[in-house]
Amino acid sequence: MRFGTLDALTMTRRELLIWFRVPAYIFFTIIQPVMFVLLFRYLFSGAIPVRVQGGYVNYLMPGIIAQSAAFASFGTAIALARQIQKGVIDRFRSMPIARSAILTGRLASDTLRLTLTVVVILAVGYGVGFRFRNGWGPAILMMLLAIALGVVICCISAYVGLAIRDEESVGSFGLVWLFPLTFVSSAFVPVYSMPGWLQAFANNQPVSIVIDEMRSLALGGPLVLHGWESAVWLVGILAVFGPLAVRAYRKV
Amino acid sequence: MRDARLAVGREGPAILVEDLHKSFGAVHALRGVDLRVERGTVLGVLGPNGAGKTTVVRILTTLLAPDKGRAVVEGRDVVRDAAAVREIIGLAGQSAAIQEELTGRENLEIIGRLHHLPKADCRRRAEELLEQFGIAGAADRPAKTYSGGMVRRLDLAASLVARPSVLFLDEPTTGLDPRSRIGMWDVIRDLVAQGTTLFLTTQYLDEADELADEIVVIDHGKVIAAGTSESLKNRVGGDVVEFVTPERTRVDAAAAAVAGLAEGEPFVDTETGRVAVRVGSLGSEALVRAVRELDAVGIETAGLSLRRPSLDDVFLALTGHAAEGEDAMPARRGRRRGRAGVASQDARAAR
Repeated sequence: MRFGTLDALTMTRRELLIWFRVPAYIFFTIIQPVMFVLLFRYLFSGAIPVRVQGGYVNYLMPGIIAQSAAFASFGTAIALARQIQKGVIDRFRSMPIARSAILTGRLASDTLRLTLTVVVILAVGYGVGFRFRNGWGPAILMMLLAIALGVVICCISAYVGLAIRDEESVGSFGLVWLFPLTFVSSAFVPVYSMPGWLQAFANNQPVSIVIDEMRSLALGGPLVLHGWESAVWLVGILAVFGPLAVRAYRKV
Repeated sequence: MRDARLAVGREGPAILVEDLHKSFGAVHALRGVDLRVERGTVLGVLGPNGAGKTTVVRILTTLLAPDKGRAVVEGRDVVRDAAAVREIIGLAGQSAAIQEELTGRENLEIIGRLHHLPKADCRRRAEELLEQFGIAGAADRPAKTYSGGMVRRLDLAASLVARPSVLFLDEPTTGLDPRSRIGMWDVIRDLVAQGTTLFLTTQYLDEADELADEIVVIDHGKVIAAGTSESLKNRVGGDVVEFVTPERTRVDAAAAAVAGLAEGEPFVDTETGRVAVRVGSLGSEALVRAVRELDAVGIETAGLSLRRPSLDDVFLALTGHAAEGEDAMPARRGRRRGRAGVASQDARAAR
């Protein structure tokens, strides 16, 4: 469709405009992660032993950057549920908008939002002592990996928002899947310090794997194994939830 | 093929619906609906919650595909030519589909962009509509700050940005206060004067009466009556005289007293003491006679009034039962401002 790109751009601009208007959204995606950085960096660094150069702050930052990317994607579910509830999506679907534009615009604006978030978190991290130790190339790759994780979780979020369609339910449900995924991982504490039964989950879930790879990129360490595993997980999730999200959208 | 479509598009009805069926699992929302709307006219689709009105709207606006049957908007099939249908329709659904974080102006301009209007046109059109709907003053405030009536007007404006030739309004005044309702009616009348075809669904007979050229009554997914407002009201038996008898034991006697006025049987509810009689076109004379008859047998009444027929009355006449909405709410009766004879009267006060 010749209007595909134009409509996607309009939708992207629209979503960004909305997001910047609401203080609560900005809080949730930027200020809260900043608070997490400061909280974990200063409160827990003394108590959590880690075996990396540069201390806890270096251990922490890749984890928090990934976690912020994941949490930022959560907004996607809420925004979509809200739009469905208010009939906004209905109106769009009765207009001559390119069919793909709504989800494409959504994804594009969320990617931009994510990128802004992780850049801000990184800057704060630098402020409290974080340093890359593996060169610029890997550093950029690390950031791209974080953004990729965020985008993939956006697809899950989009599906959740389109399927559940109720803002409050989506919000509560989000806590159920997002929290374990981000907290029961290698983001904040080494997995070996967790009880045995939790380690099994934490070691093998995609967020942990991506964070481990990010840590290796940032600080030096084995890249290949986790690199492949991350790629497989990310592509796999995309392949499952992408089509699911599109189908859920068609059923609205 | 395309020429044939265009030819039909230029003549023929604005909307044609044939034997439309739609089920959602075990729920049969539409069980064979037929409709026809001529260009430039207003069709009022009347029915309670759950009757299937919104389902018809969703199918005609390409949001849903029917299970069986056919629907055509200006010569374009809603399933096979959905994209072509979307170019000429506007939709204002039951909830105002407005992005409340954005300003009124932004909402309208973005809709314009999504309709592929050139940028300058978007701005101009938004300005035009903001003026026309009386929200120019609030144009640059977030829609979140608008009153309910303003949001509805903005929603209606949004459905008009691309100047649709066929406009679908799904219960445009449900939930509005009486004054906003009347304001909305004025706006809608202006639209119609400009030649837009209007497909309007409503729960209120007075709204259908005010706005529609033709009315279609839908119950449980089927059309149970069609015609002009006058013909429908005649079928229903005209206006209704209604009162409550505080002395429950005398309800039947009260009903008997006013039976002489009635077209058909008086409606009696012994539990609430409510009596209602259809009085054709007697008008306020019916009220006077009712007062006299009730006084003659010495029965006191409360809330004696003459009112326009409601959706419940229509359903009672057409189906023998009250309009059973999904949530079993009593059909609301709209009252026109300044209508003579709609006064609650105590029988004694009239002496």
